[in-house]
Parts: sequence; C-alpha cells; structure tokens
Amino acid sequence: MNFEHSDDRRMLADTLVRALRDGYPIETRNAGAYGEAGYDPAVWQQLTELGIVSALFDEAAGGFGGSGFDIMVVFEALGRALVVEPFLGALMAGRALAAAGGHDAVLARIVSGETIAAFAHEDAQAPVTATPDGDGWTLSGTKAVVHQAGAASVFVVSVEQPGDPLVLLVPADAAGVSVRRYSVVEGGGAGEVTFDGVALGPDARIGTDGQGRAVVDAAIEAGLLALSAEALGAMAFVKEATLGYLRDRKQFGVPIGKFQALQHRMATVLLEIEQAQSAVINAAAAFDGDDATARARALAAAKYTIGRTGALVAEESIQLHGGIGMTWEYAVSHYAKRLVMIDHQLGDEDHHLQRYIDLAKAA
Amino acid sequence: MDLSFTPDEEAFREEVRDFFREKLPARLSTLVREGRRLRKADMEEWHAILNERGWLANHWPREWGGPGWSVIQRFIFDNESALAHAPRVVPFGVNMLGPVLIKYGSEEQKRHWLPRILDGSDWWCQGYSEPGAGSDLAGLNTTAVRETRDGREVYVVNGQKTWTTLGQHADMIFCLVRTDPAAKKQEGISFLLIDMKTPGIEVRPITLIDGEQEVNEVFFTDVEVPVENLVGTENDGWTYAKYLLTYERTNIAGVGFSIASFEQLKAVARTQTKNGRPLADDPLFAARMARVEIDLANMQTTNLRVVAAVAGGGAPGAESSMLKIKGTEIRQEITALTRRAYGSYAAPYVPEALEAGWNGEPVGPDDAATASPSYFNNRKLSIFGGSNEIQKNIISKAILGL
Repeated sequence: MNFEHSDDRRMLADTLVRALRDGYPIETRNAGAYGEAGYDPAVWQQLTELGIVSALFDEAAGGFGGSGFDIMVVFEALGRALVVEPFLGALMAGRALAAAGGHDAVLARIVSGETIAAFAHEDAQAPVTATPDGDGWTLSGTKAVVHQAGAASVFVVSVEQPGDPLVLLVPADAAGVSVRRYSVVEGGGAGEVTFDGVALGPDARIGTDGQGRAVVDAAIEAGLLALSAEALGAMAFVKEATLGYLRDRKQFGVPIGKFQALQHRMATVLLEIEQAQSAVINAAAAFDGDDATARARALAAAKYTIGRTGALVAEESIQLHGGIGMTWEYAVSHYAKRLVMIDHQLGDEDHHLQRYIDLAKAA
Repeated sequence: MDLSFTPDEEAFREEVRDFFREKLPARLSTLVREGRRLRKADMEEWHAILNERGWLANHWPREWGGPGWSVIQRFIFDNESALAHAPRVVPFGVNMLGPVLIKYGSEEQKRHWLPRILDGSDWWCQGYSEPGAGSDLAGLNTTAVRETRDGREVYVVNGQKTWTTLGQHADMIFCLVRTDPAAKKQEGISFLLIDMKTPGIEVRPITLIDGEQEVNEVFFTDVEVPVENLVGTENDGWTYAKYLLTYERTNIAGVGFSIASFEQLKAVARTQTKNGRPLADDPLFAARMARVEIDLANMQTTNLRVVAAVAGGGAPGAESSMLKIKGTEIRQEITALTRRAYGSYAAPYVPEALEAGWNGEPVGPDDAATASPSYFNNRKLSIFGGSNEIQKNIISKAILGL
C-alpha cells in the first residue's frame, strides 16, 4: 500500500504545475477562454511541447505514460490552473483511436499536439446517422455541445445503431461538416457539429465489427477519469483561496475564519474533498485493472462523487467569500463555474448513481 | 501509487481470518451479527481468547505483552474483526488506560495493572464526563483533596461522573479529578485510579433511548483513594487525558463495522419487498443505498491514506477527526436504512428478542426487532469520543489553521 505517486509521475506533475503557475495566470486563461477561439493556440502549443498529451498515452500509442494515475496527475494539474485548452478532446479521441488500432498517423499527430481532436458523442435533437453507401457511409445529423469543436480539425464521431455503435473519424473540413460555435458558461469554446450528407469511405471507420462499444468506452472511461481529476485540481485551488480569504477578511474586528458557523462549513468542505480524492484514486487504480465491471463502477462512483462534491465546493466557496465570490474579476468565480459544469459533461451525478446501481446488478 | 496490500500483509490477513474461523465461537459472532445483548461473561470470554493468542492489546509494545504489529497490521486486524462479527474489545482498559500507563505510569503501576488488564482481573471503566463537563471536559468538578486519614496518605474524592459505559461491570475506574481548584481549568486536573468497591461509590444505571442499560452515573462521596493510585504528576492529568483521546484512532471511522452492516443491509433489501418487488429494486431505496455504498468505498481509501501516512511516520492527529465525522455519518446512515428496510415491522418493540438465546416467535421478519433499537443506539456515534461538532473545531484549528 502506497499513496505516493512514482518519482517520474511526480516530476511530470511538478513540471506541469510550475509551468502553469508561471505561465498561465487567470488573466491569460480568461483571455483565451472567453475569447473568440475559446482557447489560446499559443498556450496550447507551449503546453503540448512539454509533452503533456504524450503523458496520456502509452508507448504503443506513441506516448510515455497512459496509466490511470498519469491521467489523474495531468488533469489534476490542468484543473488546478483551470486550463481550457483542448486536452480532454485529445485524450478521448486519442484513446478511441488507440483502442481500435489503425489511423496511426492521425493518432501520432494528436499525441504530439499538432492535431486538435474532439470526441463527438452526445446526439442533438437530430441524432447522427450513418447510411451505408457503397463500402462507406453517408453521415447526417447533429452532435450536441462538442467541447472545443471550433478548435478541432478532426472529430471522432460515435454513431448509435442497432447492435454495436459505429465510430468514425471525420475531418472538420470534410464537405458537409459545419460547426455552430459558441462559448460555454465557464469559458472555453464548444459547438453543435452538424453532418449534412458527409460522404465517408471505409477508411473513416475506427475499429472493426463488434469493436464499437469497446472503442466508445475507451474514450468515455478516460474522459470520466480526466474530468474527475480535473475537478480535484480545481477544488484544491478553491479550497486554498477560500482558506486564505477566511484568514484575511475581517468583520466585527476579527478574521471571519474565527466564526464557528464558517469553520464548520469549511471543515465539511475539507472532508468531502478528501473523500472525493479517495474516489478519484479508486477510479485511477481500477482504470488500469483487468476487471471491466470494477473499473466501470469505480468510474461511476468517482464521477458521482465529483458531481456532488464539485457543486458543494463551488456553492460553499462562493458563500464563504460573500460578494467577492460573485465577481467576474475574482478567480474563484470561474473555478466555481467549472466545478458545477463538470457535472454536465459525460453524465451527471444522477446518471452515474444509476449506472453504479445497474452495474451492481450486472456484477 | 498502489492500493493493494503487500504479500506479507495479505498473509497476515489470512492468518487473522484463520484465527477468527477457528477461535471465534459461533455463539458470540451470532449475537454480534444479530445485534443482541452481550453479557459480561461473553465479553470476558472473547478477551481471554484474544489474550491467549497475544492479540488482545494489539497496539501495546512487546515488552508489555503486545504483538509488535505495524499500524497497517492493526488496521487489518480491526477490520477483519468487524467483518467476522467478533465482539468489540472493551476499550477502557486495553485501548485507553493501557497506553496512558505505558507512557506515564510508574514502573510499579505498569507491573501491577497492565497484566491485570490482559488477564481480565480488572474490568476498567472511564470516569471522564460529568453532568457539567461534556464537550467542555476540562470544566469538570469532581474534586480530590490530599489528606492523611488513619495514618494513610489518600485523595478524598467527591463528585459525580456520568455516561460511564459498562460501569456496572467494572472493578476499577480511571478518573479525571480536580486537585487544584485555584489553577486554570486545564492545569488543576489529576488522573486517578479508583477501586469501584471503595466505600462511598454508588453506580446508578441510565436507561438509554433504546431501553438498554449501557451507561451509568457514578457518584463519589468521601471516597478515599491511596495516593499510589495517582498516575504521573499531580495536576498534569489533562496532558494524559489528551494523550488518551488522540491515541490509536486510525480505526475510528469503523469502516469494518460499516462494511459488515452494509452487507447485512443488502441481504435485508433483497428479501424485503415493496410494491411486490425486492426493496433493492426500488429506485429510491436503491439510490440511498448506492449513495452510502459509494461514500463507504471512498472512506475505505481515505482511511487507508491516513493509515499509510501514519505508517510512514506521520501523526494521526487531526486527520482522525475527519475519519470520525465521515465514518460515523456513514454508520448512522446504514442503521437508518436498515430500520427503513423493515417498513412497518421496524415498529414492534420486543426487548426480549435482544436477549441471547431468545427462542420466541419473531414479530415479522427475523432480526427486525433489533433494527430500530440499533438505529437509535447508534445516534451516540456522533456524540461520544468528542462530538462531531468538536471534531470540526479540531479540524478548523489543526488542519485549516483558522
């Protein structure tokens, strides 16, 4: 039993945390996050040159890491700095490609950071369908709220169909692909991705017959772990900021942290964060295990815990700050938004609680 | 990062499991599993079995009869003990007084009292709380005045202790008493060992919310205590009291108890029905169960993180406050769900069903009779050992620095 990260992994985390602390202040972050592109391409380039995406993949996929704990430390660090650059898309799209094999050149460019990818999964009102056409497909319909869709030059698109889902690699500049771009509330770009009769050849397929579910799961499971770890990092920042405020802010002639009503709220926040950290550790450990059901349950438990605790930490940090916590100028408000909105990605607290229950029946 | 135990630790776990399989009498584990009353003789029987193996005082140093286990081994043992439905070790002598004597007692006191804790010669109880001193323990008013009586140096003790758990069985009580009324409240307290048969001591049972007699009031009227029974230095008792309260609390979350009771809850939820289907398939009940199950899975790892930190040389300190709060919330929620699981049959009050060997016809499902008493009894978890609010005060000061 050992709850310390390995030296290599700690070094990676330290390097990343330091680079972000020095080079990614909240002003830089917000300029990218709320700007036209929804991220900062120069920052993206700098961070990918540090090898951050490579850390999310194993050697077979061209990276140097790829374990659950690698994903955990990277996304924790990204969350701590509230990074909006498209790492999640790289992870999820790349994991789908790596799970299936083939498309090595695209995967290599994703891992190196040259290509920005997005995983387009949730269907909008007009779901995406793939009609067989010769030995390829014609793709139609719309994917909903694809994060960093505007930045992506390739999409990994899941298409639900009877039996196994079909997973397709679609260049953003293919004829018939359009993106309705918008910002999301906590900053960062997203969009509705519409496929209007997009003609795809057989080489667009990711994986083979019967592999679709496993490919989609590979992407989603990595995404769940990443989002959960990102939330942990954001919580750590918010906790420190809130504690600092409780010590510095004076009312009635004393630091407000002297008031028991606030102390007890903060103590609860602390212990729920510790519990959330345990949930993510459990998920990262199970992520590398052979037991598929145990892995799925641990990930569901983590995302459920993060959903609940993220909202708690967001709401309590705003309350404990008072008016300052409500201001755009103060970093905590942006972290609080992210913590709440993580629950709106890849299934919320209720979704994962239900999934946890269903998986218990399956086990 | 590695969440698994080492091969040595796994082997130890197997050794512990084998021991419970071989040595834990089924009669006792059944009583514990079914939530029935344990008599004094039952608890003594289990102590003797553990002592024979050298595992009773498992955190004492070897020289005083401990097995020399690591903090991780102790954690494994405590968990396996709960999972096997072994009776709890009565903590007052073994877990509370023992460590204080080992650290602060005289050689003579150690040689006299420690073996008697192990072999069961003395049943100890704890004289801390008073009617006017609960969370504010240092506000205690029981006095001890040093006098010469009949040519002997004695402390004359007057006052009242309360919430004295299992004091009705006790031969001895360790007490915090005020020896210097003029000093600051923490500085005038001493730690005394008192024979319960001394004239002037009266024990009155307190019937608790579940109808059971688990705790007592203990009254002291001109009780003469030999001065040799002072532990450490006069007026330094608060230091020893605090040591006792922080000692060996890595198992304070009671994860083993929660796992064992959650397994029982799952079994009940499979057999009880609601709207014609198993309760486990009722979406609202299933959601409540899943929430606590996830909390518990998280808690297991939180607890192991603290244990690993202690094993690596860290102090358990204030982290045990986190374990206590969350651990007791989880345990209480499981007892609440178990009560709810029995529906209407949680209502009948059948105290005789709590008795060992009761063979009457149960009202409703087997074991329903213990569900509500157990739920109400376990409200104590968030009150004793420093209420959960006191634990939050400790977290605020010691961890958050507020």
